Amino acid sequence: MKVLLRNPRRDLEIEGPKRVSALLSELGVRRESVLVIRGDTLVPHDGLLQDDDQVEIRPVISGGA
Amino acid sequence: MARTCRRCRATDVVIELRRHNASFCKECFRHHVREQVRRAIDDFDMLVPGERVLVAVSGGKDSLALWDILLDLGYEADGLYLGLGIGEYSDSSGEATRTFAARRQARLVEIDLPTDHGFDIPTAAAVTKRVPCSACGLSKRHLFNSAARDGGYAVVATGHNLDDEAAVLLGNVLRWDADYLGRQQPVLPATDGFVRKVKPLVRLDEREMAAYCVLSGIDYIVEECPNAVGNKHLGYKEALNVIEDQSPGSKNSFYFGFLARAADRFNQDTAADQGALVACASCGSPTTGTVCAFCKLVEKVVQV
Repeated sequence: MKVLLRNPRRDLEIEGPKRVSALLSELGVRRESVLVIRGDTLVPHDGLLQDDDQVEIRPVISGGA
Repeated sequence: MARTCRRCRATDVVIELRRHNASFCKECFRHHVREQVRRAIDDFDMLVPGERVLVAVSGGKDSLALWDILLDLGYEADGLYLGLGIGEYSDSSGEATRTFAARRQARLVEIDLPTDHGFDIPTAAAVTKRVPCSACGLSKRHLFNSAARDGGYAVVATGHNLDDEAAVLLGNVLRWDADYLGRQQPVLPATDGFVRKVKPLVRLDEREMAAYCVLSGIDYIVEECPNAVGNKHLGYKEALNVIEDQSPGSKNSFYFGFLARAADRFNQDTAADQGALVACASCGSPTTGTVCAFCKLVEKVVQV
């Protein structure tokens, strides 16, 4: 599957099928710090990602206050 | 057993919220977010039906979501966008804000620091030899208040969420900054020359706000402000998220526990720290000196 990461922006190719939880664990990303987006919707932590999926792992933390 | 939406029991769940021990489908999640905002407004007496609200919008997820929700809840909410002159970041954030305003057919007030006040944030930081966030925060506080007063708004609403408030609280506690602790409230009442300021997103965290935008089709600026990268505030948020991962609900308990059991203890420190307010000799805004901090900044930066 194609995985887009942000800040800094980079593209990865990762073999599927794979659960979101496994993907985040493999990438060392904390679940509370990101959303996993496929198309115009979200994939929950136990959602299954297919090998031909395109997903974005979007950070949700911003620095202003 | 398949995970189901807490509210409607549908199986097309899009998000799980560990601190609520709940999962939601798209529409029920959006309902949940609106209800959390409605509850914050009611619990803290933030807004009075019928009064005009000025929403400080940056093009980011929190402020655009807040504007969207207040409009959905029926408030007369206009947006205020402040152009900070931070290169491409400001260009993109302004565009996202204008696109949202056009889509919702909402009124957007714009102030551009370079055009209207003769300086930008990077220049202010260089001249004052302080971090950019210092001049940025000062300019926002001053201009949001003066725009609200000039426009006849009773209240300014900002997109500070639970993560923002918990991170600020952690920083204030680490320094035992009693003055700031006494002022850390979801509502700052109006005082002479200052309009009321409210934070209707305090019951929602950053992940909920980003999810609300994605599921509502709101295009916000995902890129971080280049000046915020590596700042202390982000470090506090990351530290709190490590704790939240291990113990969901910790941020909520930390912040709302402080409001319920500790905030009042610092009122005296805040009152003692406040000098008498007079009108700024230059702009008329309330200040404890002869000239307010924003006018001093403008004078210093524009003279260079």
